[in-house]
Formats: sequence, structure tokens, C-alpha cells
Amino acid sequence: MAEPLMKLSGVHADIGQYHILHGVDLELPKGELTVLLGRNGAGKSTTLRTIMGLTDVPRGRVEFKGEDITEWATPRIARSGIAFVPEDMGIFQLLSVRENLELAAASGPIDKQRLEWVFGLFPALKKFWQTDAGNLSGGQKQMLAIARAIIEPRDLLLVDEPTKGLAPSIINDLRDAFRELKDQEATILLVEQNFNFARALGQTVAVMDDGRVVHAGSMAALAEDEALQQELLGLSLGAHQ
Amino acid sequence: MIHSLLSGDYPRSRLLTVLLIAIFIGLALGPFLFSGTVAFRTMGLIVVFILVVAAYDLMLGYTHVVSFAHLMFFGFGAYGVAMALDSMGSNFTAIAVGTGASLLASIVVALLLGLLSLRVKAIFFALVTLAIAFSFMVLVNQLYTLTGGEDGMRVAVPRELGPAFRLDEPLTGFSLLGWLWGVVTNPLGLVEVTREAFFDVRANGRLLMYYVSFVITLVLFLGMLRLVNSPFGRVLLAIRENEFRAEALGYRTVYYRTAVVVLASALATIGGVMFALVTRYITPESTLDFELAVFVLLMCVIGGMGTLYGAVIGATVFLIAQNYLQDLLGVLSGWMEHVPVLAMAAPLFGSDRWLLWFGVLFVLSVYFFPTGIVGQLREWAARRSRAGEELVEGEKVDEPASHGA
Repeated sequence: MAEPLMKLSGVHADIGQYHILHGVDLELPKGELTVLLGRNGAGKSTTLRTIMGLTDVPRGRVEFKGEDITEWATPRIARSGIAFVPEDMGIFQLLSVRENLELAAASGPIDKQRLEWVFGLFPALKKFWQTDAGNLSGGQKQMLAIARAIIEPRDLLLVDEPTKGLAPSIINDLRDAFRELKDQEATILLVEQNFNFARALGQTVAVMDDGRVVHAGSMAALAEDEALQQELLGLSLGAHQ
Repeated sequence: MIHSLLSGDYPRSRLLTVLLIAIFIGLALGPFLFSGTVAFRTMGLIVVFILVVAAYDLMLGYTHVVSFAHLMFFGFGAYGVAMALDSMGSNFTAIAVGTGASLLASIVVALLLGLLSLRVKAIFFALVTLAIAFSFMVLVNQLYTLTGGEDGMRVAVPRELGPAFRLDEPLTGFSLLGWLWGVVTNPLGLVEVTREAFFDVRANGRLLMYYVSFVITLVLFLGMLRLVNSPFGRVLLAIRENEFRAEALGYRTVYYRTAVVVLASALATIGGVMFALVTRYITPESTLDFELAVFVLLMCVIGGMGTLYGAVIGATVFLIAQNYLQDLLGVLSGWMEHVPVLAMAAPLFGSDRWLLWFGVLFVLSVYFFPTGIVGQLREWAARRSRAGEELVEGEKVDEPASHGA
């Protein structure tokens, strides 16, 4: 296994008065796509938010590229090379597609070649370049949210349930886009409920339950072992097939 | 040329464009179009408050920062320059020193205010600014040896900016409204009406000061327009829409907000300096009063928050209403007193009731124009152009989506 780009050790996290993460241990190998699975409320989204510095972390340690980033403020974490696509996509509805991407390219003007590559992944964005993002369809918004995360090269992408509420044809487009990102050896942490989508993309997998990682290993092994699937994911797997 | 002056931010509504051009011409040629001291004073106030309200809108409309201390910074400028002129004599050095010192004070105070209190909830910032603004007003009232207390202080402007400095030959103005009124009421006496419409414009220092403020406001306004359409301005819009997202993209929102508060405060200070030099008499009531802070807020809301053009429209509409609604009501109630049934209601329309009627107008305008005058005009224009486009293009953006995986 490659050297981990990010390492979470015994991370606890609170949101308000609720204790959500109870000691998460997770390693993200460099250049691999890791899928985070688990039932609703297991703490998957909170794990991503914790990495971004959006929750209180009373105990534990988040390391990125060998540095302890647990106490860093969100903007600093983002600038150190982590892009986050939250579950609600968080695009700026009142700004155009173009302005959304320009904002995401925080270090300067958008690189032309990179933009063409993004347009290649998501042609709809080119078509609606000057349209207010609020007028896009759900799928297009998701594409914009992902495009925003990759408009500049980042070391790590955190993507929270990109397929949620999308039509199958758009999910296929997204899968192709993630495949291409994977081919470029991007390190990605993908939270996903859709097991087929996850299986098609993931190299490594971590399964969460009740605020902890209860299984970590290769996706291939989990995909083959139906008993393990049953044990870890229970009926939730069947519901999404 | 126009594109770069307006930074590509066009009014985006034909009616709005017409209104803005009318206001621009009205203010640029104002002293030669409208006779009388009330008109001259109103124009001077409009010029000053366009700047003050636009600066306020940078905070309120573009960044959703509610500050009650905007008028305090305005007061810094007004009292700074007045006190400098008082102690150093009526010269331009005093104006420069007063302006420089009050700008410095504004920037330091705004910086502290921003860095200390913008980290927390917006309501906290609003309350802190309210407390500070209130203490400053008490301070100005108490330090009467320096500020004249409640009586206020005369602003001893240099001779070149006062009424004593004048050209020998008066200039000539033409009262367009007077002429039109004359033509309507007395169509037969066209020659006489036209002759009466010409009036002398005293080419004195006050006229010079008016044009100096006009140019300063124009330049600063175009500068603000440039700013909000720059990458910096886009970050402000992003923060306004979703602060956490802006942070997750790597923007330190506290710094951006603080920068806006500092900038808006500095602009308000310049507005205060201009106010003192234009009106030549300042009191706590005319510069720092809570009522005035509410008026600035109203101008911003009536014009339309989040668009600088709204400040132009809001300040103009409000100040014209404030200065002329009283006259209009006076005429109305005078007329009503002579009509048997209406006479009972006449006191309701007395000129001192202008604030009541302004309040009614305000409620109606918020009800019918929730996005302000500018927002509403733009919405109408957008709806019209959308309707036109749909006729041409057929269908739009929607793609099959949102059906669950």
C-alpha cells in the first residue's frame, strides 16, 4: 500500500452538544480513491467536515502530508490542498458558472488548459458558462460542484454523496469523470451510499458505523465477500442495488 | 469607455438607465437648473449621501454586515475637519490635516471593530457598533469645549469655499421645472415665462464646493463599482451567499469582511468631511443621530440593497421626499382646510407630519418593491427579456434530472 496522504487517528468530533465521532482511525493512501461506506448517521459526512475543520475536535489527530492540521482554520486547510464537495453541493446560486469557477481558482486566473479538461469532463458547464448557477439542474449543479473542486490541482478531494438524487445517466457521467480523475492519480475520499457506484470506483474502502471505522481494506476483497457485505452493510446494500 | 467606467456593471433596465442619467444630469447641471437655496442644499446633501449610502451598501448589501456605526465614521470626518478648521484657521492645510486625521482614526477603529467582533455572530457585531456609536455621540455632546456640544459648531471653511468668494459676473441658469410649470399654467405668456425662467447663479465658493463634492462622489462611486465587480467583489458575494463554502474554498472571510468595514468607514468619513464643508454647520443631531442612521438604512433599502445604483436612487428619492414632502403636505393641508368635510383631516396632512407619510410610503415601497427600486426595475427588465428569449429559443436550461438514484 502506498504511503498515506492523510491519516486520522482516534478522532472524536462534536457538533453542538452532540458527540458524533467516537475515535475514527482512517488512512488515505496517496493516489487512490477511497470509498467511505456506512448507513445514515454513521458519521461519514461528519468525518469529511472534521477534516475540513468544520467541527470541534476534542480528541484525536488529523494529519495531512505529515503535518498535524487538527487545529487549523478551514481556509488554511483548503489552501493546503484539500477540496471539499459537500452533500448540499454548496454552489453559489446567485453567481454564474463562470464566477463559481473563478472563485474556486483561489490562487489566480483559471488555467485555460485545465478549464478545457474540465469542460471535457462536464460539457454542460461550457454551455451554461454565463448562466446563474441557481438555474442549473440538479445534475449540472453537482457537476459544477465537482468542477469547482478540481479547477485547480489539489492533493486531496473530499466528495460527499455526489450521486444523491441524480438520474442514472448522469451518475454514469459522474462515474466516468471520477475514473478519469483516478487515472490521473488524484487522491479522493468519496462518501457514497450507492454501492454499485462505489464498487466501480473504489480501490480501498472504509466502512463506518456509530462514529467509528469498523472495517478498512481493499474494495476488491469486500466486493467478493458477500458475507462480509452482509455483516457490514446489512440490508442497506440491497436497497441500493 | 462607458464599459470600463462602469466596470461592465450596467443598470440592466431601460427605465433605471433613464433614471440614473436624469439624476446624473440633474446633479451635474443642478445649480443651473434649479433655483433657490432649498434646491441647492438638497442637491448638496444628495451628492454627499450617495457616497455615504453606497459605502453602507458595501457592508449591508454586498456582505450582509449590519453596522450601526456608519454614521459615527461620518461624524469622525465632519467633526475632524470642523475641529481642524477651528484650531488651525480657515485654510486648506487644516482641511487636509482634519481629513487625514479622521481617516486614520476611522481606519484604526474600523479595523479593531472588524477583527475583534466580526469573528462572531452578525448580531454581536451590530450590537457592538450600536454601543460604540452611542458612546461617541455622548462624547461629542459632553466635550462641548471642543465640539460645541448639542449646539454644534460652525465650520469655518476657507474663503475660497464660502459665499464670500465670488466671480464678479453672475452666471445664468435656466429653471426648467419653473419654465414647464409656467408653460402649463400660462401658455399664452410664453415669452414672459421664458424670460422669468432665467435666473442668476451666484458663482461663489459654495458652488465650487458643490462641484468638488460632486466630482469626489462620482470618482469614488465609480471606484466602488469597480471594486464590487472585481475578484474581491465576487468573494464578497460568495461570503454573503454561503460563508462556510467561501471558507472551504480557502477564503479567510473575517479578513474580507473587515476590509469591507474599513473601506466603508473610510468612505463614510470622506462623506462626513464633504458634509461639513458643504453645509458649514454641524451638530450631533445632523451628523450622528440615530434617526440619521435609520435614514441611511432606509435610503439603502428603498434604492435596493446589494446594488450600488440603489444608493443613487435611494438617496435621491429619500432626500427629495424629505425636503419637499413637507412643502407638498403644507400645500395639501392648506387646501384641505378650505374644503368643509376634509378640513377635519387637514391636521393629519400638516407639513410637520411628513415623517408619518414618509413611513406610509416606505411601508408601501417595501411591500411592492421588496428588492428595492433597482431590484424591481431589473426584475421587470429580466422578465421581459426572458419572455422575448423564450419566444425565440423555445425551451431552456432544464435537463432530465433529480429522480433519485
